[in-house]
Amino acid sequence: MGETAKKQKLVVVGNGMAPGRALEHLFELAPDAYDVTIFNAEPRVNYDRIMLSPVLSGEKEFEEIIIHGDGWYIKHGITLYKGHKIVGIDREGKTVTSDAGTTVPYDKLLIATGSVPFVLPVPGNGLPGVLTYRDLDDVNAMLLAAQSRARAIVIGGGLLGLEAAAGLKSRGMDVTVLHIMPTLMERQLDPAAGYLLEQAVEQRGIRVMTKASTKEIVGTRKVEGVVLADGTTLIADLVVMAAGIRPNGTLAREAGLAVNRGIVTDAGMHTSDPDIFAIGECAEVGGQCYGLVAPLYEMARVVAAQLAGNADAAFVHSDTPTKLKVTGINLFSVGDLSEGEDRQEIVLRDAAAGVYKRLVLKDDRIIGTVLYGETSDGPWFHDLTKKRTDISQMRDTLIFGQSYQGGAPLDPMAAVAALPDDAEICGCNGVCKGKITGAITGKGLTSLDAVRANTKASASCGTCTGLVEQLLSLTLGDAYNPAAVTPMCSCTDLGHDDVRRLIKAKKLKSIPAVMQELEWKTSCGCAKCRPALNYYLVADWPDEYADDYQSRFINERVHANIQKDGTYSVVPRMWGGMTSSKELRAIADVVDKFHIPAVKVTGGQRIDMLGIKKEDLPAVWADLGRAGFVSGQAYAKGLRTVKTCVGSDWCRFGTQDSTGLGIRIEKFMWGSWTPAKVKMAVSGCPRNCAEATCKDVGIICVDSGFEIHFAGAAGLDIRGTEVLGLVKSEDEALEHVVALTQMYREQARYLERIYKWAKRIGVDEIRRQIMNDATKRKAYFDRFVFSQTFAQVDPWSERVSGLDKHEFRPMASVGYQEAAE
Amino acid sequence: MSDWTLIGTINDIPRRGARCVVTPQGKIAVFRTQKDQVFAIDDHCPHKGGPLSQGIVHGAAVTCPLHNWAICLETGKALGADEGSVKTIEIRLDGERILARLEHVAMAAE
Repeated sequence: MGETAKKQKLVVVGNGMAPGRALEHLFELAPDAYDVTIFNAEPRVNYDRIMLSPVLSGEKEFEEIIIHGDGWYIKHGITLYKGHKIVGIDREGKTVTSDAGTTVPYDKLLIATGSVPFVLPVPGNGLPGVLTYRDLDDVNAMLLAAQSRARAIVIGGGLLGLEAAAGLKSRGMDVTVLHIMPTLMERQLDPAAGYLLEQAVEQRGIRVMTKASTKEIVGTRKVEGVVLADGTTLIADLVVMAAGIRPNGTLAREAGLAVNRGIVTDAGMHTSDPDIFAIGECAEVGGQCYGLVAPLYEMARVVAAQLAGNADAAFVHSDTPTKLKVTGINLFSVGDLSEGEDRQEIVLRDAAAGVYKRLVLKDDRIIGTVLYGETSDGPWFHDLTKKRTDISQMRDTLIFGQSYQGGAPLDPMAAVAALPDDAEICGCNGVCKGKITGAITGKGLTSLDAVRANTKASASCGTCTGLVEQLLSLTLGDAYNPAAVTPMCSCTDLGHDDVRRLIKAKKLKSIPAVMQELEWKTSCGCAKCRPALNYYLVADWPDEYADDYQSRFINERVHANIQKDGTYSVVPRMWGGMTSSKELRAIADVVDKFHIPAVKVTGGQRIDMLGIKKEDLPAVWADLGRAGFVSGQAYAKGLRTVKTCVGSDWCRFGTQDSTGLGIRIEKFMWGSWTPAKVKMAVSGCPRNCAEATCKDVGIICVDSGFEIHFAGAAGLDIRGTEVLGLVKSEDEALEHVVALTQMYREQARYLERIYKWAKRIGVDEIRRQIMNDATKRKAYFDRFVFSQTFAQVDPWSERVSGLDKHEFRPMASVGYQEAAE
Repeated sequence: MSDWTLIGTINDIPRRGARCVVTPQGKIAVFRTQKDQVFAIDDHCPHKGGPLSQGIVHGAAVTCPLHNWAICLETGKALGADEGSVKTIEIRLDGERILARLEHVAMAAE
């Protein structure tokens, strides 16, 4: 109790990346020093603003870029006001007041109001359809506009503008970039690299106009076009202003604090009022404002130390490398690139390979680096700059990079091994090699995620992920199993998740398109990746993708199960395990007619006929079809069986019509392809005679409704199911089961059963999306229903009608006539 | 003795697919690759006798449907860590016609 009384009140205005990081440091240094209150003008938690571009391009979801979920605020006892904008600071009374009228007292105040986008002062800049690119709301507005597939103009050819342009293009818009300077990204790149970048951008189908000065934005009710200073008029349905940012010092200025370009602070991040600090893009320290994340995180570190009582903590300026987050364009730039009498440069050009490297030297030291196309030596060059290493000894080969300095070329692993402990690995978070390897050994870390959680390395923009993995693998040797990045197969370095994401993001709709765009290393894949790709494309583009039968395993190609002797087995569907004398008679007749050697009752409540010759399959199906049978898909990575018990129809304990519900689910879902087989069951009471609690999806009927289970297993692994939740009606049960299956279809890796997928992404997350989020559930349900319109065709009757005839007949029989003579 | 025997046309086989030819000496699997190369091998995996004609064809190789051995269509040898090989049959293309060098005619005439 005494502790709480001593706690000081810290109020934070703004909930971006800098204050989020500052609080993390503070809770480490002085966990009990402050009661923290945060006011966030955006109605959401703290997210990684650097990753908005991948959200715009569709390569990431918003959920993936959240830094602090609601749980983090609760865990640290933080009061978070979402959607509250602070409108006044009373420095005398030491309180802040929000636009919703909330007033909160502070002992220490941290201002982190960030920046505002610079809006060109031209006529028409307020028209509907003119957007800036700053936060998630902007991204959402752009995504909405992109749905119309219309024309977009991005004003500004800097980092942000190009990322916005690439994102809009990948969303299907017709995009033009207007840039006022002669070359793109002129602040970070020299003209040669800017030119290469312009070519690469145009190759992506984005028009670039340089020296284009915007005079006016025109339109009557909404934006219709842009007029340039030279009189050119361009048609546009969307205009994105990405011409720069301005530190947001309005609140501080109104409170009477010293504000220059940004809020003026000393090296300890104090403003002109010693109880008020400012960090982030709004702060001006040492006469400079910052926009890249590394210096902002440095400010966060300093302010946390100050708040924890270390008055010596001070911000030190350092150059930060620039990287462009557009998939497929590699560039790296840092330092001073201007020419001068006292400077020399080393340039390497390979136009055909699209490589350009330039080092600016002064007094035998590197002071600036531009790399385009091949950027892996960037951190090394940057390290030489920071250490002011004399490069005269290696000048002849310097431009070829680190691997050429030791004589024989080094492999990438050896290059990482050769880095000194203080070499910076993660530029965003300022994490050096020694800290990462120290954490790996000291804390026994074995995965990328664990390193991210413990050191922050590669946790922001992610471009150093490869380096961090190499460090894991160097430090742990064979003990490191990079599960998160296991490639699909030896044809690619991409893992299943990346491939699925890119299929959607790049709208890849055929196996050759995937292999081309994702740079497959083999000409036509292998028996591992082709069936996986075929499934992903079927699942993601049900109406557009033409199923590639030659990429399906034999069982799915001929719709029967191959046996060890090359014969096949056939299992017709028996809905919910119910059958009749007519069906049984038809099966008996087929068995006799085709001399089928074995008949067996399966574990899924139906009948298997084994030992059928491939040539006989169509005739067997024709006879079964006449009795009303369709394929039981016992061979498919798809819905197999729905086992049932007799339920309230017959059983004295039955609480609901489990048989009827099982049949209804099976009739709704048959024919759907899934990442791995899906087996279901419906039990009429908790005695559970249908064994629903070890199935992929199971339902236990109870008096009050239907308990939905999932993620069970009874094969190589044995696992009881998890409970998804309880619903009241059959309709709801069907909707939930279907939505769950669709979520699995969209997210799982090929051959990953539901229980493994659930373990990977978390049972709670699945429950949240299916049980608690009705909009999401309905959307999953609708997508499943849409896909079923293309999937529910009985493959047996198609083949009885002659489809794929070649599959079931030999091409030729030779030699017999002569033999008979 | 062996003879060039017409066994079909290239259009009878789907790209990245296979068809069987039945001979008194057993089944032969005839493959057509993505790049329209044609190969023939015994339809019998050296591992456990699986029907190679039913496998997935990738590049100039096929993966057996029973236990995923990958077999090189040119040499008949198992790829990767597995060891074993299957007999290859010489193939000649005459326009779209596929001719195979089969031994059965001489044997049958005996």
